[in-house]
Amino acid sequence: MRAILGTPSLLRLVLRRDRLWLSLWVLGLVGVTYGTANAVAATYDTPEEIASYAANLGGSAATIAMSGPPVALDTIGGILVFETSVTLLVGVALMSIFTVVRHTRAEEEVGRTELLAATVVGRHAPLAAAVLVACAASSLVGLGTAGSMLAQDMPGRAAWSYAGAVTALGWVFAGVAAVAAQLSANARTARGVALAALGVAFVVRAVGDVRDSALSWFSPIGWSQQVRVSDDNRWWPLLASLALIVALLWAAARLVIRRDVGSGILPARPGPASAAAGLRSPFGLAWRLQRGSIVGWAAGIGLLGVVFGSLTREIERMAADNPTLAEYFQATGGEATDAFFATALLMMAIGASGFAVSSGLRAHGEESAGRLEQVLAGAVPRTELMLHWLLVTLMGSVVLVAAGGLGMAVADAVVRGDASEVPRLVAVSLGYLPGVLVLASLGALLTGWLPRGAAFAWLGVAVAFVVGWLGPVLDLPDVINALSPFDHLPTMPVESVAAAPLGALTALAAVITALGVVGFRRRDLT
Amino acid sequence: MTTAIAARGLVKTFGKTVALDGLDLEVATGEVNGFLGPNGSGKSTTIRVLLGMLREDAGSVTVLGGDPWREAAELHRRIAYVPGDVNLWPNLTGGEVIDLLSRLRGGIDPARRAALLERFELDPTKRARSYSKGNRQKVALVAALASDAELLLLDEPTSGLDPLMEATFQDCVRDLKAEGRTVLLSSHILAEAEALSDRVSIIRAGRIVQTGTLTDLRRLTHTTVLVQTERPADRLDELPGVLAATRVDGDRVSVEVDSEHLDGVMAYLAPLGIRALVSHPPTLEELFLSQYGDVVEEPVG
Repeated sequence: MRAILGTPSLLRLVLRRDRLWLSLWVLGLVGVTYGTANAVAATYDTPEEIASYAANLGGSAATIAMSGPPVALDTIGGILVFETSVTLLVGVALMSIFTVVRHTRAEEEVGRTELLAATVVGRHAPLAAAVLVACAASSLVGLGTAGSMLAQDMPGRAAWSYAGAVTALGWVFAGVAAVAAQLSANARTARGVALAALGVAFVVRAVGDVRDSALSWFSPIGWSQQVRVSDDNRWWPLLASLALIVALLWAAARLVIRRDVGSGILPARPGPASAAAGLRSPFGLAWRLQRGSIVGWAAGIGLLGVVFGSLTREIERMAADNPTLAEYFQATGGEATDAFFATALLMMAIGASGFAVSSGLRAHGEESAGRLEQVLAGAVPRTELMLHWLLVTLMGSVVLVAAGGLGMAVADAVVRGDASEVPRLVAVSLGYLPGVLVLASLGALLTGWLPRGAAFAWLGVAVAFVVGWLGPVLDLPDVINALSPFDHLPTMPVESVAAAPLGALTALAAVITALGVVGFRRRDLT
Repeated sequence: MTTAIAARGLVKTFGKTVALDGLDLEVATGEVNGFLGPNGSGKSTTIRVLLGMLREDAGSVTVLGGDPWREAAELHRRIAYVPGDVNLWPNLTGGEVIDLLSRLRGGIDPARRAALLERFELDPTKRARSYSKGNRQKVALVAALASDAELLLLDEPTSGLDPLMEATFQDCVRDLKAEGRTVLLSSHILAEAEALSDRVSIIRAGRIVQTGTLTDLRRLTHTTVLVQTERPADRLDELPGVLAATRVDGDRVSVEVDSEHLDGVMAYLAPLGIRALVSHPPTLEELFLSQYGDVVEEPVG
């Protein structure tokens, strides 16, 4: 008990600091479920409609790779789960990771934990408080999910088992983040390790689900999906989740007492006594600070591309076995694989936007941390500083988008034994770059004019994801769809690359960026 | 005598908070100017205006003959800055940060860098994450002192240093002065400014309330002397310049005396057999007390 002394006070502190941030996460995730439940219930209101869903979308490998096994697609509940599971499962895992790292390692890194640890607070209390809050928020998302389904008169068993599956995953990743936070003294690394674990869990189950193999059982996301909501509604796969949670929390608790406050389990090594020749400009600094995350993101997105690309055989087979599906693809104007590639490239581009926005906001992060003023105290004009930072963002975005396209194209070439498509697919993947740049430029705009609200640039990524992934199901009005820059791009490679929309979006990104730079030149440094 | 910094009637507000309220500041080329004021009086805000990080709401300011807002980057080639709160990139080493900051300003003298690292006993291979506050301060100091800047803006540069390092810092500032460079040294400790400054400017609630040499200021103030004598010193009250004399206990007396009349008091005390004597110059708080008749956030007890 002594070890968790003070947890209630720390809980209140976490809740006080995060009342807006956590509310947005929970409301956002529940809102997506509620909206989708509404839309699904309204669209698929006859047995014929439901049957058409299963025949058309449900069977395609692209959707299986993203959404999980097609379970009970002949029920409204099954359709809802299939449509929302990526958003909800990945969303709740991200929420847990960010919340736990934010209140453990990030606090420790800036030295605030020390302030608390010097009071009557047990050694495990900060971790306990962060994990409890993350778990409580996951549970709220679960409750909201069940509520959304019950509101559409879906069966209670289905509603509660989906709620359980979502909640369990949130808890698992609270545990993953708790362990990751112990490893390095750096919050960025802790977040990276936890996100990499989420990425691996996603990829493992994506491959397992498309191949219909037991591989899916090696992923916590797989366990949540093996509940088979609306079909068996079986709870026992969540026992595996529960066991993992206990193991992770036990490990995190053990690691906490093995290390000093402020240090990590991994030892800190000495570094170079003088700077490399390249570290002489804001660009050099930005590159140095960002290169690690560019490499990490590129590896992640490239791997996702490999997974998508390796599935082309299955997709061709499915299209051959399923005449309705083949017709569906022909109606959309292309081969089955091209339609799949288009979806995959869009999702990877939205992923790359995540990097681009975080990188676009990094200059402001530096400002908040009080480090930017030291750079600007050098002979560095503000315009130059911003442009150097944004150049790194641009370079990173190109690398990421190309890495996804390359991974997909190479895997596809290996599977087919034919490399002739590689250049075309990589070129097509770069066609999605202008959309990424528009989203990144929002970060620059807010940095210039509304630095306090800079984090709102993330809304752009959220909108792009909801429109790109859920748009067709939610049947959103065109006005909303138009908010996503990707909505203005052709469905490449099904449609051919067109200069006009690409040029227009690139110009838009440039204008928004320029406006941001103007704002940054005019305002006080915070 | 040319002017390195000339500010007239600077006003800067943040929402309802008035940070600078008509501040006038003049620093001559080649002098060390002690910029004194309590916490929250506007020292850092002033320095950030001088650096072009903040734009003044009213008034005018010239630094090295240029407008710090419009010509920030050009001027910064000639200015070195040590922030009051040094934040470094956690995954860069101290050596890397020193090189980066110096190169951003235009270059570094390697011999000077090495000498300063030795003088400040700083290990440049450590990651900034693992530096203490004092060591972070040293990184910024080495970067600033190794430069050939004409003007150094130092915002409470010794706040995290131990007394030995503080002495090293003072030596470095004397070297700068000998080279004819200009230093604006902000501090809330009178003794530090006293040790280094040619002139001091005292800021309070966003205004300069006093400026001049320390001797000028000292003349306006009094020194406190705590003395223990063999024979009772009971006629202190009658001496010229003594403001108050109170018996602390037994044979110990506390005397407040105008600084310029210190001589007479000593002459009176010496024949009485001095056993112990402690004299301390006015603190910043006492200076304010004597000047403005109020106390600046002096903790009780």
